[in-house]
Amino acid sequence: MAEKTITIQIKRQDSRDSSSYWQTFEIPYKPNSNVISCLMDIRRNPVTKEGKQVPPVIWECNCLEEVCGACTMVINGRVRQSCSALIDTLAQPVRLQPMSKFPVVRDLAVDRSRMFENLKKVKAWMQVDGYHDLGPGAKVPETNQGIAYKLSECMTCGCCMEACPQFSLNNNFIGAAPISQARLFNMNPVGKFIAEQRLQPLMEAGGIGDCGNAQNCVEACPKSIPLTESIAEMSKQVSVQMFKNIFQKRS
Amino acid sequence: MSKQRVIVIGGGLAGLAATMKIAEQGMQVLLVSFLPVKRSHSVCAQGGINGAVNIKGEGDSPDIHFYDTVKGGDFLGHQPLCKDMCYNGPFVIHLMDRLGVTFNRTPEGNLDFRRFGGTLHHRTAFAGATTGQQLLYALDEQVRRLEVEGIVEKMEWHEYLGAILNDEGRCVGAVIHNLRSGEIVSERGDAVVLATGGPGLVYGRSTNSAVCTGTATTSAYLQGAKYGNGEFIQIHPSAIPGHDKLRLMSESARGEGGRVWVPRKPGDNRPPKQIPDNERYYFLEERYPLFGNLVPRDVGSREIYDVCINGGLGVGGENKVYLDLTHHSREHLNRRLGGILEIYEKFTGVDPRENPMEIFPAVHYSMGGIWTDYERTEEGLINHESPRNQSTSLTGLYAAGEADYQYHGANRLGANSLLSCIYTGLMMGPGVVNYVKNVDQAAEDIPSSVFEKAVQEKKERFDQIKAMKGKENPYALHHELGELMIANVLIVRENDKLEKTLDVINEYEERWNNVECVDTQVWTNPVPSYINQLYNMIQLSKIITKGAMLRNEFRGAHYKPEFDLNQPKDFKPETYLEYYEQKQNGKVNEDSFTPEHMEYMKRFEANNDKWLKSSIAQFKNGQPDITYEEVDTSLVTPRPRKYD
Ligand SMILES: Cc1cc2nc3c(=O)[nH]c(=O)nc-3n(C[C@H](O)[C@H](O)[C@H](O)COP(=O)(O)OP(=O)(O)OC[C@H]3O[C@@H](n4cnc5c(N)ncnc54)[C@H](O)[C@@H]3O)c2cc1C
Ligand code: SF4
Repeated sequence: MAEKTITIQIKRQDSRDSSSYWQTFEIPYKPNSNVISCLMDIRRNPVTKEGKQVPPVIWECNCLEEVCGACTMVINGRVRQSCSALIDTLAQPVRLQPMSKFPVVRDLAVDRSRMFENLKKVKAWMQVDGYHDLGPGAKVPETNQGIAYKLSECMTCGCCMEACPQFSLNNNFIGAAPISQARLFNMNPVGKFIAEQRLQPLMEAGGIGDCGNAQNCVEACPKSIPLTESIAEMSKQVSVQMFKNIFQKRS
Repeated sequence: MSKQRVIVIGGGLAGLAATMKIAEQGMQVLLVSFLPVKRSHSVCAQGGINGAVNIKGEGDSPDIHFYDTVKGGDFLGHQPLCKDMCYNGPFVIHLMDRLGVTFNRTPEGNLDFRRFGGTLHHRTAFAGATTGQQLLYALDEQVRRLEVEGIVEKMEWHEYLGAILNDEGRCVGAVIHNLRSGEIVSERGDAVVLATGGPGLVYGRSTNSAVCTGTATTSAYLQGAKYGNGEFIQIHPSAIPGHDKLRLMSESARGEGGRVWVPRKPGDNRPPKQIPDNERYYFLEERYPLFGNLVPRDVGSREIYDVCINGGLGVGGENKVYLDLTHHSREHLNRRLGGILEIYEKFTGVDPRENPMEIFPAVHYSMGGIWTDYERTEEGLINHESPRNQSTSLTGLYAAGEADYQYHGANRLGANSLLSCIYTGLMMGPGVVNYVKNVDQAAEDIPSSVFEKAVQEKKERFDQIKAMKGKENPYALHHELGELMIANVLIVRENDKLEKTLDVINEYEERWNNVECVDTQVWTNPVPSYINQLYNMIQLSKIITKGAMLRNEFRGAHYKPEFDLNQPKDFKPETYLEYYEQKQNGKVNEDSFTPEHMEYMKRFEANNDKWLKSSIAQFKNGQPDITYEEVDTSLVTPRPRKYD
């Protein structure tokens, strides 16, 4: 009997501007493999199915436990983390592609700096007075903690943006994750002191108004963050703020 | 003097905390990291962070935390540092709360605390099952804010290759490798902080993340810095075997009644549920009737190892044992252990509520790291203004976090690492700034030839690496190194094996010369870096192995059966304190102790006289040269630990 194998097709691209091409690899089957362990096997012996020696495939990864967000890619048409993509649950050949909403760096690695820049826009941080001893923080009810904890699990992976029809390489839509982060800080007992400043960028071009309500984001989020709920909540806050702005201008 | 700045390498908890504290004092910071700092290894920590806040009114205090820490570390930790860290524990937790960490709460809205290994108190603050991730995000957010304010500059996708030393050997900058363009450049800095994390990848697979190679600290060692306590590597008893990583299965699975067993009959291939109870060997329960499955980490790891390696009883003939929760109902398990059971299911595809989990011990944490200094006060705390704090033996080069060596002694207490990382980052800030303000020449004013020379050296090294056309695949060689270390320098250490291992590592160093640089493209090519890192991992594996070979004792995580002091079963640590007091008073009444206890206490003392010392590795003639240094144990008298 022929030995059992795993067949993987990978969309490769040498640099930002070069064109892409596909390569197929066939590696011996091991039970309990995931996409990353296969990429590691390929790296140890980077030879295509046709027997051609090629450079190892480039991808991003770090924690391998689905908490760092690094290893996101499109696997059999679905955006997800490759560390938690188990081979035994995937149809073969397994097709790996880089995310399409971010510029490709090389092979499966993309440049997600846009996401980090957007976190700056919404001031996704606490405006504390200093890092010295100022005693305990504010008390927080358990229920609020529960919601906040869920929101703060966002690992800036980009799945919600890859799945979003409004978010593209060529526009400036802020995307679901930073909107949800603005909600997180605006609900904090101290964070809310600068809530208005977080709403401002959401009112501008590329802000929350660009959301088309397709609701793909919440489906794609590996952390099951209630993104549509966050968008609804922030839309509400933005509307109130707009109203206030008009009122202030008039008076 | 020209404008000055500090370079921080690494943006895990330690690096981000240092960046914040240094920037807060008006000092410019350049923060360099392999990958976006938000994706650092610190995200992996699940359990929590220690601080004696005493929310539960149990009489907990920083002093008790301090005692638990040094005892847990088998007295090899530097006591003034441990004490200062524990005294700052409540402050660190309150600060993190103010920074927005979504810690679990009590009904009154206070921070909630849980119990962790090595203590009797509820001292561990936690945020769901992702405490490390939550802490890291809070610091990442502050650094982003400082970036917008213009006082911090970030260089992500950049690798630190080495310190730049001026003619007097003072660190005045760093050689940095752009991981996308491939360029190698110099950055001037009046001080450089290495907060580059631990070295789990020396063992190939561990519970650590993919970038934890220890390459930065090893490069400092190769440049002459001292490396401390390298042989002390913590092995966690329960990890999920995997081809890419050994993922941690939290201690709480056993805390909630998980039972560890193997089939009694070697090679019994029946599915676990078909093996009747009397044919199962619940070895921890049988061997430790009192503590059962909840024996301490080091004991658990040793017993699992014994059953698989010496007893040949591993499940399916492989190195794994069952961790069984199936005697509990699904509802109960979901309520108590939901988060961690989901992790098991996600990564193995097996439902641990229906089938026993399969686990084996794995390399988890390095107590050792780059040697660093400190200045203590009269009361046995730390003078936070001192430029000596966290300084390596190379002037101007600092280290913090898992990269340093002096807080956790021979064995780290659970949930103390997140504390030590944030604490060291914050604590060192004022001292680093004082150091920088007092250097006689700003890095900016140092002749460019110093920097050009350092860059040239690294460029030449990388040119040589890129031209390597040997026969070995570097990734495959790394795999071999990892398997060698796992087989020989893990839980049970034996001198003949360690000696042979050192020979094999030296052969690997030879074989390293024969690797092939399997990718020659310039843009975003990780292979040359990896080959360089592999070289450093080979050097570090020598520090670990040689340190383990030379340390002829059993202390904490370093277990050498040959040198076990064989504590009498009925011995109590208090007996030793009595003896010690009599000795301090000038005369020991030997008749007040049983002869067996007396003999043991003498063995214990003689062993401490010889071995209660930090091991210090320095790079000499291509090998680690190991010497020993005194440890400050002036605050709590070292005493025997008891394990059952
Ligand atoms: C699975 C797991 C669970 C854990 N759970 C707990 C827990 O519950 N409680 C606890 O207290 N501890 C726990 N620990 C330990 C703790 O998580 C780590 O010790 C700690 O996070 C280390 O933080 P750090 O800041 O020192 O380094 P890291 O977080 O590892 O960060 C290192 C940084 O350095 C950068 N870097 C490294 N080398 C270079 C280089 N050459 N050039 C540029 N950048 C570089 C990396 O990019 C990264 O940003 C756990 C560890 C593991 C593995
Ligand atoms: S919201 Fe979810 S999908 Fe979007 S970046 Fe965060 S974790 Fe990823």
